[in-house]
Amino acid sequence: MKRLGSLFHFYIDGFRNMTWGRPLWILIILKLIILFAVLRVFFFKPVLGGKTDEQKSEYVGTMLTKDH
Amino acid sequence: MDSALILWSRAQFAMTAAYHWLFVPMTLGLGLVMAIMESIYVKKGGEFWKKTAKFWQKIFGINFAVGVATGIILEFEFGTNWSNYSWFVGDIFGAPLAIEGIFAFFMESTFMAVMYFGWKKVSKGFHLASTWLTACGAAISALWILIANGWMQHPTGMAFNPDTVRNEMVDFWAVVGNPVAISKFFHAVLSGWEVGGVVVMGICCWYLLKGRELEFARKSLLIGSIVGVVGTLGVILTGDTSAQHVAKYQPMKLAAVEGLENGGSRAPFSIVPGVEIPGMLSILATHDIDGIVPGINDIINGYVDNEGNVIPSLEEKITRGNIALSAFQQYRSNVDSDPAAAAEAKLILDENMDYFGYGYIDSPEEVIPPVDMVFWTFRIMIGCGCLCLLALLLSLWFAYKDKLSNKKWLYWFGFICIPLIYIAGECGWMTAEIGRQPWTIQDLLPLKAAVSGIEAASVKTTFMVFVIVFSLFLAVELTIMVKAIKKGPKVEEQNN
Repeated sequence: MKRLGSLFHFYIDGFRNMTWGRPLWILIILKLIILFAVLRVFFFKPVLGGKTDEQKSEYVGTMLTKDH
Repeated sequence: MDSALILWSRAQFAMTAAYHWLFVPMTLGLGLVMAIMESIYVKKGGEFWKKTAKFWQKIFGINFAVGVATGIILEFEFGTNWSNYSWFVGDIFGAPLAIEGIFAFFMESTFMAVMYFGWKKVSKGFHLASTWLTACGAAISALWILIANGWMQHPTGMAFNPDTVRNEMVDFWAVVGNPVAISKFFHAVLSGWEVGGVVVMGICCWYLLKGRELEFARKSLLIGSIVGVVGTLGVILTGDTSAQHVAKYQPMKLAAVEGLENGGSRAPFSIVPGVEIPGMLSILATHDIDGIVPGINDIINGYVDNEGNVIPSLEEKITRGNIALSAFQQYRSNVDSDPAAAAEAKLILDENMDYFGYGYIDSPEEVIPPVDMVFWTFRIMIGCGCLCLLALLLSLWFAYKDKLSNKKWLYWFGFICIPLIYIAGECGWMTAEIGRQPWTIQDLLPLKAAVSGIEAASVKTTFMVFVIVFSLFLAVELTIMVKAIKKGPKVEEQNN
């Protein structure tokens, strides 16, 4: 528990004392928000999302043979 | 399948991969440079080497921060634009990517944190180990990605299951030990060293041009040049191995890269159109001047390879591909109602599975990659790489002899190598990836079967969104990077 506490403080102190790293972290967080809260939610919906494995197999099998 | 959909899906994937590849090689190369700098600090002691190590770690951190997670976008695209492909590849592709994601996250979040936050909190030795492990973590991440990529170029260690419509791993070590993946891994990591070395050289040359940070620039330049030269020589050696793999497993790619219509033994290497070295291509591809290198027409018409194997014509491959696809269809129709017919269809499918993807091919033109594009991207890669090697060797020589003063021509040469090495790296990937068209998985799945059944307009929209988002992030990265370089290493004392 003590070790976990010092590990926690290691990270907290590190973030608190950052100088040039601060804008980089803002950039990383901004990027992750754009990736997961905007692009992933609104633009990149997996075509096979929501299907069971059997349904996925059926769907892809049909797609692969439909023009044959 | 809609050709506009394929075009936009490819353009989007190519743009995302090219953007991602702007950051990866510098992470690989600068990781090594900063670890060497810190090792010297630990061995020699003194503020100079500590500041030097911290400065290159700062540049590494900026590059890493902007590059991190750009690879995730490629995974979004797999699920949305390439859903047939994503399902068809099964866990063979997913497993290495998952290992990479978990491994990279733990290695990077742990050791990078120690590297940046731990200067005053852990021992010198532990800090140094963390820096080396951060550098190694990046290379190990690259290994898993390139195992996945190598499998697409030369699929091995799997069996197709017509029930699940997926390829299933039957031999983990065949996948991990895939010779194409191994040579790609070393080629990519060593090219990262070259990029790291050239970027260090370029930045140092800029300081020398400006007449500031002179001691830092001279000493960093020496180390950067050594890393760059070692990386470049490694790239040449692994490039040679890669050429032999391409000749063996993807002969159409090699024929396209050389613009070779009709091949044979003693095949010439074309430096530029009209300037050829007789027999050189045979030597490069097979290490034998009499080695056979098939041309585009030979591959279309069929030929006998260097081991005496008869390689079927495209027409025969298409016939066998159609047989495989029909058998797959038969299997699916009969699997629940007529097990005997399904078993017979499965046998036929297994016999012809190596040609499965050819069942989608309608004409010879479809299997020929864009020859002009790969011909020139390959030569631009070689040309830029050679210029960078020359600059590295000159920098190394003058830095070693301590004769760097008043060599403005060298400073400029070293500085302009920064864009040249990026052009070389991007052209290398273009040659490798465009050269294997139309295959998403060599011989098994062409683009038109791999792409999702979605609207081209939606892919076009996301392509435009990416252009804006990527441009903004790149502009931000370059601004922060230039600002950090302009400040120089002297401001490092109080920083992380």
